[in-house]
Amino acid sequence: MLEVKNLSMRFGGLLAVDQVSLDVQEREIVSIIGPNGAGKTTVFNCMSGFYQPTGGQILFEGQEVQGRPDYKISRLGMVRTFQHVRLFNQMTVVENLLVAQHRHLNTNLVAGLLKTPSYREREQKSLDRAAYWLDRVGLMDLANREAGNLAYGQQRRLEIARCMVTEPKLLMLDEPAAGLNPAETKDLNQLIVSLKEDYCVSVVLIEHDMSLVMDISDRINVINQGRPLASGTPEEIRQNDDVIKAYLGEA
Amino acid sequence: MAAHNFKHALFCAFITLLISYPILGFNLEAQGINITITGADTTTILGVLLAAVVVFLFQLFRDQIMGRVGDLTSLTAGKHKEPMAENRRAKIESWVLTGIVILALFWPFFMSRGAVDLATLVLIYIMLALGLNVVVGLAGLLDLGYVAFYAVGAYTFALLSQYLGVSFWFALPIGALLAATFGLVLGFPVLRLRGDYLAIVTLGFGEIIRILLNNWTNLTGGPNGIGGIPDPTLFGMEFGRRVKEEGNTSFHETFGIAYSGEHKVIFLYLIALVLAVFTALVIRRFMRMPVGRAWEALREDEIAARSLGLSRTAVKLSAFTIGAFFAGFAGTVFASKQGFISPESFVFLESAIILAIVVLGGMGSQIGVVLAAIAVTILPELAREFSEYRMLIFGAAMVLMMVWRPQGLMPMRRIHIELKKQE
Ligand SMILES: Nc1ncnc2c1ncn2[C@@H]1O[C@H](COP(=O)(O)OP(=O)(O)OP(=O)(O)O)[C@@H](O)[C@H]1O
Ligand SMILES: [Mg+2]
Repeated sequence: MLEVKNLSMRFGGLLAVDQVSLDVQEREIVSIIGPNGAGKTTVFNCMSGFYQPTGGQILFEGQEVQGRPDYKISRLGMVRTFQHVRLFNQMTVVENLLVAQHRHLNTNLVAGLLKTPSYREREQKSLDRAAYWLDRVGLMDLANREAGNLAYGQQRRLEIARCMVTEPKLLMLDEPAAGLNPAETKDLNQLIVSLKEDYCVSVVLIEHDMSLVMDISDRINVINQGRPLASGTPEEIRQNDDVIKAYLGEA
Repeated sequence: MAAHNFKHALFCAFITLLISYPILGFNLEAQGINITITGADTTTILGVLLAAVVVFLFQLFRDQIMGRVGDLTSLTAGKHKEPMAENRRAKIESWVLTGIVILALFWPFFMSRGAVDLATLVLIYIMLALGLNVVVGLAGLLDLGYVAFYAVGAYTFALLSQYLGVSFWFALPIGALLAATFGLVLGFPVLRLRGDYLAIVTLGFGEIIRILLNNWTNLTGGPNGIGGIPDPTLFGMEFGRRVKEEGNTSFHETFGIAYSGEHKVIFLYLIALVLAVFTALVIRRFMRMPVGRAWEALREDEIAARSLGLSRTAVKLSAFTIGAFFAGFAGTVFASKQGFISPESFVFLESAIILAIVVLGGMGSQIGVVLAAIAVTILPELAREFSEYRMLIFGAAMVLMMVWRPQGLMPMRRIHIELKKQE
């Protein structure tokens, strides 16, 4: 469903991403790994429309999406999280989830002012959906807290829930396990697998936690200094000499 | 530390002297066609010296003084008080507000004409500030040309009545909608700018509209303005001594009471009150609606908001347009109240005052904005003797406020949407 062909991104003299290709099928977890500064986040930024790639092609369900504005790409069903959590800190946890459903809501101003039945119905539906996902990620008790006051692990889960209420087809997670303790990482592992199994979402995952990556990925792409180094199943990657030299050996 | 303080204090005192002595110490006097400089009398010089000493002492003991001010803050902010339960507070707040509105309804019947007139002006500023509050406080867009939309509303009514004889009630929605259209059209190109750039461009737009009104003489009358703007009517009843328009009746004759100029003033006040309450209620509702949340989300983290499918342009434009709409409302009422408008009424200073109201009141907070509007409009009237020093007092008040309560009189309390527990 997603196909990235020869993606390149140049910042001035720096070629941060050089001819990276990637493809993701329905209900598949594909990981991108590589040392710090390899260009993983930059690939995400190109895919989600934050950067206009300087070369290559990104096809989502057959449509070219490179260079489209970010909010339009997100509306197609490709949503991402951020390496550094980005919540609406002064809003409550539920409100974070309501904002994410903006385009599902009746945004007709007059209907909202008059509280027409159809408006109320949609508002209620979005609250229900928010409640469902809060329950799913275990944040129900904190629903009316300010998002900024949550613990780090909870913020990470809220960010994933916030993506899921938009009902995406493809979820892009940028280092979701960073800063989590082992127990939380285990929960995250189960959550991601369940997103794939139960909600039919494909996942692109950037992660440094090797045990997590090896455990849940269907396929792995390794990039090093912006260039693709290897790709294959976890088993193949584990035995790839180049990867061991460039990445695993170094760590 | 002490030596550093002393040096700094000395420097500040010196600057005070340097600035105030030439301004206050030399008088330019016209003698025939020549202008001569004369020195000031001793009292002025003593005054300047005294000011320098005051500045010196303040800077020397600055830390202690600021410490005191800080204590004062914690006292008034009621830091040690238990925060009230969210829904209880909301309930009390709405009762108090209803009480105030009812009081405001009957209040003009016992007051002097001048006071009611001033109160009408306060209400107009409340409308303006509530509208700008959407743009600056909620959506976080610094708009320095807000007065342009106020002008559009006022001039729409003035021109429509002059050329087409349109009455107040027809002009009111037209003025507001036209102002909103202007907001939409002007907002479109500028809203991709950020922060300071947006502020500068909106400032420019405000001035462009004013200069246009000033120079398009054959339409707007230029600096001479437009006069004879009609008063609002009540179901076809006019408030003047004689009926001006055919088909209308006059208020005092219909009810068989003696003519009084006060009727008109009170009626205008009531219209302004109703519109101000309407503005407050509508905006309050917006704040709980998806648009309101989108404004806040975009203000808090634009990148995250966009990654969730919110279009930056659409969301910002909606805030800009809605803000302009209420400015148009206020403008129509203003034109009707004054009976005469000219570009003079729509200078940058007005934008600055409205912005000051929003900042003083606490960005995003409606009650705060209402209080600040009252304070900013009434205080200069009370201190008429000091009118020369108006801007000085204004500036000093702003500086003090920023030190004492940087979040404004009543910092915004967000209206939360609660998720109720389901069984
Ligand atoms: N906006 C930008 N302008 C200039 N250079 C950039 C920009 N964004 C990223 N880079 C550079 O591109 C390179 C790749 O950065 P990127 O953030 O994609 O790495 P990463 O693989 O995500 O690393 P990490 O594992 O630390 O998150 C880095 O050298 C970085 O400095
Ligand atoms: Mg990264």
